[in-house]
Amino acid sequence: MSLDLSVDLCGIRLPNPLVLASGILGTSAPLLERVARCGAGAVTTKSCGPAPRAGHPNPTVIDWGGGLINAVGLPNPGVEAEVEIIATAIEQLAPLGVPLIASIFAETVAGFAAVAERISTANPDLIEVNISCPNVTAEFGRPFALDPASAAQVTAAVRAATTLPIIVKLSPNVTDIVAIARAVEDAGADAIAAINTLGPGMVIDVESGQPILANRVGGVSGPAIRPIAVRCVYDICAAVSVPVVGIGGVTCGRDAVEMLMAGATAVGVGSAVYQGGPEVFGHIRDELAGWMQAHDYASLSEFRGIAHER
Amino acid sequence: MSGNLPSAARIVSITEENVRVKTLVLNARAQAQPGQFAMVWLPGADEKPFSIVDDHPLTFTIARVGPFTQQVHALNVGDRLWWRGPFGRGFEIVEGNGAHLLIGGGYGAAPLAFLARRLRAAGRQVIAIIGAKTKAELLLEARFAAMGCTVVVTTEDGSAGGRGLATDVARDVAHRERVATVYACGPEGMLAAVERLCAELHLPGQVSREGYMRCGLGVCGSCHHGPWLVCRDGPVFTVG
Repeated sequence: MSLDLSVDLCGIRLPNPLVLASGILGTSAPLLERVARCGAGAVTTKSCGPAPRAGHPNPTVIDWGGGLINAVGLPNPGVEAEVEIIATAIEQLAPLGVPLIASIFAETVAGFAAVAERISTANPDLIEVNISCPNVTAEFGRPFALDPASAAQVTAAVRAATTLPIIVKLSPNVTDIVAIARAVEDAGADAIAAINTLGPGMVIDVESGQPILANRVGGVSGPAIRPIAVRCVYDICAAVSVPVVGIGGVTCGRDAVEMLMAGATAVGVGSAVYQGGPEVFGHIRDELAGWMQAHDYASLSEFRGIAHER
Repeated sequence: MSGNLPSAARIVSITEENVRVKTLVLNARAQAQPGQFAMVWLPGADEKPFSIVDDHPLTFTIARVGPFTQQVHALNVGDRLWWRGPFGRGFEIVEGNGAHLLIGGGYGAAPLAFLARRLRAAGRQVIAIIGAKTKAELLLEARFAAMGCTVVVTTEDGSAGGRGLATDVARDVAHRERVATVYACGPEGMLAAVERLCAELHLPGQVSREGYMRCGLGVCGSCHHGPWLVCRDGPVFTVG
């Protein structure tokens, strides 16, 4: 039986559903190419803003036992330099058939539109609109993803600024993620990515009595948040008709199956790179394929969303 | 669920190695390979990667180059600092006939001292070329000699040992002696010269690179070097 792992995400073909999540390894064209060669079905660049940013001082990422906690603080070279990185990466990814998702952020609605417009000139396959970074609140104020109206405003502004498909990345740190999902869908999002990191959380060093992260608080990711991610994806998929990239704590083929059963079209992988390296994409892909074979599934659509049937 | 949180350790001794470099010995142990690193943290200050210079007891040799290392240098015996690790890929001791040729440029001598100790403990012949800009910046040359390494000192200004670059001395040594493997740590320009030397003489080599590290865990991508991450795929890379 032939096995088809491919995915159509907003008209873009992914050879398999595994997407390198934003913020992980997406800092250079050679690194993005390596992740694609390791087995990712799509790669996302590290979120880029209007101007270069240094990010937060160290410590920025900690393994606290159930996953990671991070406050890297969106370091990036600024959109002008990012356009060059993306153009090079697209060239290197083309022969592999792996699409590129350009992740963007800004401090203001107009800033999002400006970055989207400029990044579109590099012609990425999709744009991820990161309105949900929990680690820059001190500088930027509350993330746009915490409120349906502001989430919709950003989405509409980016929608008007580009013809490329846009994925809006949501925060789990809200009382009703479905309301936000509906708002961004109505405002023109072609897809939704969920979830960004949970929290913010805090880990205190008990010798010094000080929070370990220099930013004191940070976003929680990894296996500990997977049940929350799966529930968010499940709820969003029940409420909207746009595709969802399910992200949160996926480390193996079984976890990817679970996310697909919740209704995700594609599956983001981020923190798993900590334990498994870039090679984790090939491992998860092969485990997913093995599971499908063992269960006589020929394509992902045969079991996508089946958790909704009762 | 233990994770890998920073551990606090007390400083049990401090040695001034030269005008800019101190060695701090901690009341802690690690199981490390030479070339691996740890993230050293001072709460409220910063956290930076440093080569492990010995693992038993845990030892760091730290140059004063910026605000963070200045704060580390201000610490006294009995004070605490925090570390997590060891991280990354270290030097691999390669079998082969001949001498193990170590090339340390500037602060790069520090991780090689750990490697030299392991090599000598395994009964290997070690030639250590210790280079610096000037005599005042030479590092650990006496320690290599005390371990029974053949030490060749060279400075760019000729103020100690021969005048010239460590890689030029290495070429001479490699023409004279049978060399099993080249191990190097130092500035990027020196490492590029070591790569060329290994290619030219058909010698296997391992170089320890510096990277701009943030997470140290192989996720943030800050320390990319081509398709590689210095913190995870390195800091030691195979050349030649």
